[in-house]
Parts: sequence; C-alpha cells; structure tokens
Amino acid sequence: MAEEQRTDLSVIGKPLPKIDAAAKVTGQLVYAGDLTLPRLAFAKLLRSPHPHARIRSIDVSRAAVLPGVLATLVGSELPIPFGILPVSQDEHALAIDTARFAGDPVAAVAAVDEETAEAALALVVVDYEVLPALMTVEDALARPDCRINEHGSHGNVHKEVSFDFGDVEAGFREADHLREDTFFFEGNNHLAMEEHAAVAHHGPDGKLTLWSSTQTPHYVHRALAKVLEMPPAHIRIVACSNGGGFGGKTDPFGHEIVVAKLSMKTGRPVKIVLTREEVFYTHRGRHPVRMWVKTGLKKDGRITAMHFRTALDGGAYGSYGVASLYYTGALQTVTYEIPRYKFEGVRVFTNKPPCGPKRGHGTPQPRFALECHIDRFCHDLGIDPAEWRLRNTLAPGTLTANQMQVRTIGLKACLDRVIERSAYREKRESLPDGRGIGLAGSAYLSGAGLPIYWNALPHSGVQIKVDRGGGVTVFCGSTDVGQGSDSVLAYVVAEELGIEPKDIRVVTADTDLTPVDLGSYSSRVTLMTGNAAIHAARKLRGQLLEAAARKLEVPVERLRMAARRVWDEADPSRGLSFAETAVLAEAAFGTLGSVGWYRPPKPAAKWKGSGVGPSPTYSYSAAAVELTADRETGIVRIDKVWIAHDIGRALNPLLVVGQLEGSVYMALGEALMEEQVFRKGLHKIPSMLDYKSPTSLDMPAVESILVETLDPEGPYGAKECGQGPLLPVIPAVANALFDALGVWVDEVPITPEKVLAALEGRYRSPKMPDYTYPETVVVAPLEPAAPAAPPATTALAEAR
Amino acid sequence: MEKRRLTLQVNGEAREVLVPVHHSLLEVLREDLGLTGTKHGCELGECGACTVLVDGKPVLSCLTLPVECEGREITTVEGLARGGELSPLQTTFSELGAAQCGYCTPGMLLTAQALVQQQARPSRDDIREALAGNLCRCTGYLKIFEAVELASARMRGEPEPAPVAPEVVRG
Repeated sequence: MAEEQRTDLSVIGKPLPKIDAAAKVTGQLVYAGDLTLPRLAFAKLLRSPHPHARIRSIDVSRAAVLPGVLATLVGSELPIPFGILPVSQDEHALAIDTARFAGDPVAAVAAVDEETAEAALALVVVDYEVLPALMTVEDALARPDCRINEHGSHGNVHKEVSFDFGDVEAGFREADHLREDTFFFEGNNHLAMEEHAAVAHHGPDGKLTLWSSTQTPHYVHRALAKVLEMPPAHIRIVACSNGGGFGGKTDPFGHEIVVAKLSMKTGRPVKIVLTREEVFYTHRGRHPVRMWVKTGLKKDGRITAMHFRTALDGGAYGSYGVASLYYTGALQTVTYEIPRYKFEGVRVFTNKPPCGPKRGHGTPQPRFALECHIDRFCHDLGIDPAEWRLRNTLAPGTLTANQMQVRTIGLKACLDRVIERSAYREKRESLPDGRGIGLAGSAYLSGAGLPIYWNALPHSGVQIKVDRGGGVTVFCGSTDVGQGSDSVLAYVVAEELGIEPKDIRVVTADTDLTPVDLGSYSSRVTLMTGNAAIHAARKLRGQLLEAAARKLEVPVERLRMAARRVWDEADPSRGLSFAETAVLAEAAFGTLGSVGWYRPPKPAAKWKGSGVGPSPTYSYSAAAVELTADRETGIVRIDKVWIAHDIGRALNPLLVVGQLEGSVYMALGEALMEEQVFRKGLHKIPSMLDYKSPTSLDMPAVESILVETLDPEGPYGAKECGQGPLLPVIPAVANALFDALGVWVDEVPITPEKVLAALEGRYRSPKMPDYTYPETVVVAPLEPAAPAAPPATTALAEAR
Repeated sequence: MEKRRLTLQVNGEAREVLVPVHHSLLEVLREDLGLTGTKHGCELGECGACTVLVDGKPVLSCLTLPVECEGREITTVEGLARGGELSPLQTTFSELGAAQCGYCTPGMLLTAQALVQQQARPSRDDIREALAGNLCRCTGYLKIFEAVELASARMRGEPEPAPVAPEVVRG
C-alpha cells in the first residue's frame, strides 16, 4: 500500500499534547532570554536616530572608560558584509559609513550589567552628516542619484523582473471582458511575543557558541563563520525554543554577530535582549506592496490571460527581498486555471527598517489582490463567486503557465466545505444591511523546492540512536518556534518504531549535535523532517524486526510493532517488549543508530527566477468570513470565520487546528488593524499598545475543517498548515465588506477611516508608482509536456 | 545606586533579596530569584506576558516595584503546580494545545488562575474580558478560552464538555 494511504497508524493522526507542553505550562521551557552563564556580560546597541546619514566618525573613547564597561565595538571592526541571500550580502553587523534607516545599529557596548551598557551608549559620540530621507517608493525612485544601498539594480531599484508565460496580449484579444484593479497591502510586523535575544560565549578552547532566538540556526552558522572569519567547525549555534517567530527570526542578525565579537573581545559570555521598540526597528516583516492586475475573461468566466504587477517597498536592505519579490508573482497560478500569465515586479529600497518574510512570505499580498479581483469580475459578469471558484480550480497534476508543478489539490473540497458550512450561497446578498459574507481560496508551499544557497545537499537530516534500555533519541537541526516541530519528530519516530512519543528524547537545532535542517521557514519542516525521520526510522525498524523475527522464529512480514511491543500477528501472545528487541538488535548488528534525509523533487521549471515558487507539494485553503460593519462608525466586527485547509493528512489534528486558528487570528489583525507605518523618518507606533493587534475581545468564533488529500510526497501524506490558512482570510474580509456595505476598500488594513471614506465616496484607490518595468523575458513552454505529478524522490522512495 | 534589602514571599517561600530600589518585580523575579518562568514582551505594561499574582490578584510585574510587595504573597508560574502535580489550568492548557510557543502562557495561566478562583462559573465573555490584557500571537485565543472553561468545569467537579473535533473530509 502506498505510504500516504496507510490506515494502520497508532500515533499519527491522534490529538496528542505537544512533547514540551508540560515544560511550557510550568514556565520551564528555556528561551534565549532566560539563559545565564557565569561571568555573563551584557550588550547594548547604539542606533542611528536619522533615517539616512553618512557616519563621519564614531568616538567611543568616553564610553570605553566608564567603570563597568568591558568593550566597545564599531562597524569597521566587522568589515565583512552578510545577508540571508547570497545575492544580497549587503548588511554589516554595525553600520560602517552610512546609516540607512532610523534604528540602524552603529555601535555596541559590553558591560557588567545592562544599565552600565545603556549608560555607556550615551557617551558614544557619532558625527552624522544627514542625507535625504527617502521614505516612500516615489521618493526613492525620484532620487536615483541618492542611492540608499549599492547592492541594487540601479538608482534605488533593488531588483526588477518581468516574465511573460504564453503571450498575455494574445489572451486579452481572445477575451470577452477585461477588468483591471489596483490594490495596496500595508506592511506589518510579526510581533512575536518574545523579543529577539542572544548569548555568545567564546570559550577558552577558542570555540564560539551562540544561543539565539533564531528560526534558522544553519544560516546563522554560515553568516557568523563568514563575518568572523572563523572555521564553521569552531562555531556552534544553538537555536533556543522560539517565543514565536512568524518569519521574524529567519535572518542572521547584526546583534548575533555583535555579541559573538564582544565575547571574543572580552573573553566573557555576552548577552543581548532587544527591547520591543528595537524589535519593531529590526523588523523583516511584511512588505508593503502595491499591485495592479488585469484579467481577460470569456463570458462564462474562464480566464484567457492575467497580467500582474507588484511594487514592493523593501526598506533599506535586501534581506529575503529578492525572494519576496518573486513570491509576489509565483503562486497566483497554482489555484485556478490561468492559461497565459505575465508577471512584472520591482522592489525599491527606502530609508526604513528592512522588510522580509512574514507568515505567507510575499504571497498574502497578491492573494488579497487576486481574490478581491475575482469577486469583482464575477460581479461584472453576474457570476456567483463561489460557483466561479469551484468551476475554475486546477486539476491535480497540473503544470501551470509559469511551470509550477501541482500535485494533489484539495482546493475544491476546501471551497465546497466552507461554502456549505457557512451557508455562503444563502447569505450572500441576503443578509441585512451592514452584515455580509465573503469567500476566498488560496495556496501555499509545503516547503521551498530549493535551498537559499545553491547546493546539492539534503534539506533535512535526522539521526536516531537507540540504547540498551529501549531509549530512543532523535537528532535534527529543525527549530521549534511554537508550531510543534519537535513533537512531529517524536510522533513520526514513535509511529515507525512502535513506541510512545513520550519515550523519545528530541534534540534539535544545535549545529554541534544535530544534522542540518535548513530551518523553520517556507512551511517546510513537517514535510521535510517528517520524511527524513521516516527514512532514518525505517532502517532501524528493519534491524529491530529482524532481531525479533530471529528470536520469535517467525518471518519478519508477520511481525507488528506498536505500543512498545513487537508481536506475531498470527499469535499476538508471542512477542517481545521494545526494550528487549533493542537489546537483541544491538547484539545482532552492533550499536544501533541510523540517519535519514530528505531532498525535494527537482523542479520542472528552468527559467531564471523559477527557483522561487516550486514546492514538493502545495497546500490549499478556503475561508468564509461573516462580518458586521457599522455605517456610522466604519467599525468592522468579525462574527465568524470558517476555514478549511488541505493538510494532506493531519499528523496531529490538535496541532493542525491550532495553526488554523492562529492563522485566522493573524490574518484578521492584518486585515483590520496592523500596520508598520512611519512619520518623520521614525516608526509611528513602535509599541504593543499603539501597534494594534487583536485581543481576546476581538477574536471571533472559528470553525475549522480539515481536508485530507493524502499527498504522495508528504510524510503519511501530510502537507503544511502553519502559513497557508492565513492567506484566504484577508481577501474574504474585504469581499464580505462589499457584501455588507456595497463598497470596496482596495487595501488593508481596512480601518474604520477607510470604510467611512468609501461610504462617503471619498476613498481614493491606491496608485501604482510611476515606473517602467524592464524588458519582458518571454518564457517558452516546457517541451515536451512534463509528466503529470512526477513520482516521489530518491531518499523517500528508497525508504519505502 | 540605592539598594534595599527586602523579604519577598514568593510561591510560599520567604526570599531575601538586596536590589536597587528602581528594579521592577519582573527583573527581581527573573534575575535575582532565577524565576525565569515569568516572561517579558514589552516591559511597558502593554502585553501581559509578565503577569504574576500578588495576594491572588493579577499584576504586571514589569510595572510593579518589589517594595510594594513586602508582606504580600507573590505567585509566579513556578508556584502553580503543587508537589509536582500540575494545576487544573496547567493540565488543560497542555491537553488542548492552549500553549503554542509557550511565551505568553505563564501570564495567561496566572490571569486565568485569578479568574477561576474568583468565579466558579466564568462565562466565555468573562474569560475574554479577564484575558483582554494578555496578548497571544500564536493561538488566536480560542484554545485558551476552551482550556479555561474545561479547567473550571473540572474544578466544579462537573462532567466535561465533549472535546470539539474538527470536521475531517477526504479531498
């Protein structure tokens, strides 16, 4: 039986608590900020007060002699640049010549305590020559002579792209109806509850250890080795349990490098904990994106062609921005039939904190635009938006216009379930004035198909050790950011070895102890570590079964393993405990241990830029939102959200529903209130009180529906669920608002001011920046037609 | 820097500390007493992560000075479990997945603890109201509400509401 079709599972599919739940509810889980070491020193960063300034000089002499100060640090001591993407090595741990946003770190101090470090910062004298602050895309494009960042394409254009897949103009000529819309998605912050923290210790053996609240210890490892010019073998990165990440802890950060360097300078462990205000300036959050979309349609609603443009306000550094830019054009095609597609995008540098990946990375913005646009052209054509979506979803195995390979697709089932459960058809255009219902579908990656830096290595590795007492330890580089990835490793290995998750120790995210996993981003962990864990566990399972078969004198095929026991299926009274089996296997084969790994299938597409978008398989979601909008105040209250998600298979439905509810919550914050906005060069609201996010009073009822498509590429058929379910909720809110009030708001957050402006006819739709996209690259279709749904790849196929 | 010697009653133990007078209760708990279960998300009284109980009432330890707490009973998350046995709220938070990353959890638990001690039968709205000052970015609060309701039902010795299982369909 194909792996994903299995029904004989004893751990997988059960609503078990997380393996670290008890540690969390007793306050014993250790986050980076909780760590302390003997002789610990504390670091603080001095940040530029100007959004754009040349640094003429920095004088740390008075700070250095303050009693209690152990070391000072300036940018010229760390001259090697770094950045998460190989194409964007544009950051320095401390700014050297130029501060590019207010909050850009320019100097650091280590002292015996935090207060002394803080006092010392006040004694650092920086001579700034203030430069023009280019705070908007328009300002930045208008001043190509005043370059914010030299690592761009030209002027303040960081990166620009233009691709045509299948001649959209020909598609528009075939259309009966054309519709154009412009949208804006404001930037917002992850607002993880835990502020970033790091502790570095350069030990007497010359080796460096960094404990950090990072989602990507492997990439931090590489950045530290590069900047500090140390062999990676002498650096150990330990990612502590993250107090929430959402993408905000996926870059290597200057503060991590600073504490490492300060530890080398002082010979003491050095700790830094960012303040909440610093977290807002560290940012890497959702890009503000303006979008224009034009679609050609036949009378019956079939799309003939789609042209999509995006303009991203990137902030001052590259971060993940090149990938973010491509993502704003990549996944429009993997939900509904779009035979011809053109994408143009540009990312512009501005003097603001750098934007990066947040839950859904670069795809919530275009998904918001696309799903609102769909409701509008359905309105033009007099088609029910639910019917349109159900009729136009892709078939399984589709190779899209931009050459993304879809495998299983549960979108239609997701749509169908939320339409029925919410009574969308009965309610639309039928609820009383001020109340409305909206619908949207979406897709997301189950892991990026390619690594961030080019290599042919596995994306995820797992080692398992079994000891004589029946103890099992699983080692993996993956990082638990609260989503439960440590638990998933335990569930998978327990399933494969016939033991309980609580029998297993999980050691993760420690570059000295664990094989590489690329990190908690792109919703890759369950699929990739799950497959790697199955691969490793199957080898051990084989040895254990063989040893048991010899002892029980029955063929291996007759043996079953579950509940810490191995037994003869023909005579269940004949069996061995797991621990006894482990001893027999060790006697037979020697010390027990195994390794497993996972590498995604080779993407079908070959065009330059097609590295962003491919995935082992896509997850799908649909949401219906019912809301009440007040014509007098413009206040929107969400009454209920129905969310259906194509999870492939729920390895633990309790954790899956947790991700769905959390995604709905975060989406509602982005749809209605959250915004990272600036005034006079500074963040307007860098505090948790002023940066509005939903509280317990704002959260509506949520009904979750799990759609299982049993994907052949997923472990037991599983796909992701951490990011995808956020996507449909935001456009469903905007679509519901139209149903409630008959007005469109073309941007998020949909604040009461904008609703009132729309009601009073004062609302101004966003405008695309005046910018000429580069010459279009015409991408030829793949020849011959690629086979539908290529089979599962190497390591996993081998394990099966 | 003026320091003062204080005796604080924390989780049933008398703890003597010598601390600068301007240090917050949060800092003293975490740094002087090693009780790092109490978290910080803003240190400005905005997020609720640092909530502890003082004489049974939730307070923001980042805005509380230890001198105000002398002679009063302070309870942190470390004081909720008794003799290694999790409290009803700790148990239900764990069972229902009400702790995702776990960072807001200590503050949530203590605020909820005060509620269930004060009100034997809190409604969903009572729970929402009580927890409105504790931000959580992971759960969307729903599992937290359910965990408080379940713990409260168990504390009353009532039959438990059937767990809400999601609809699962083959796609």
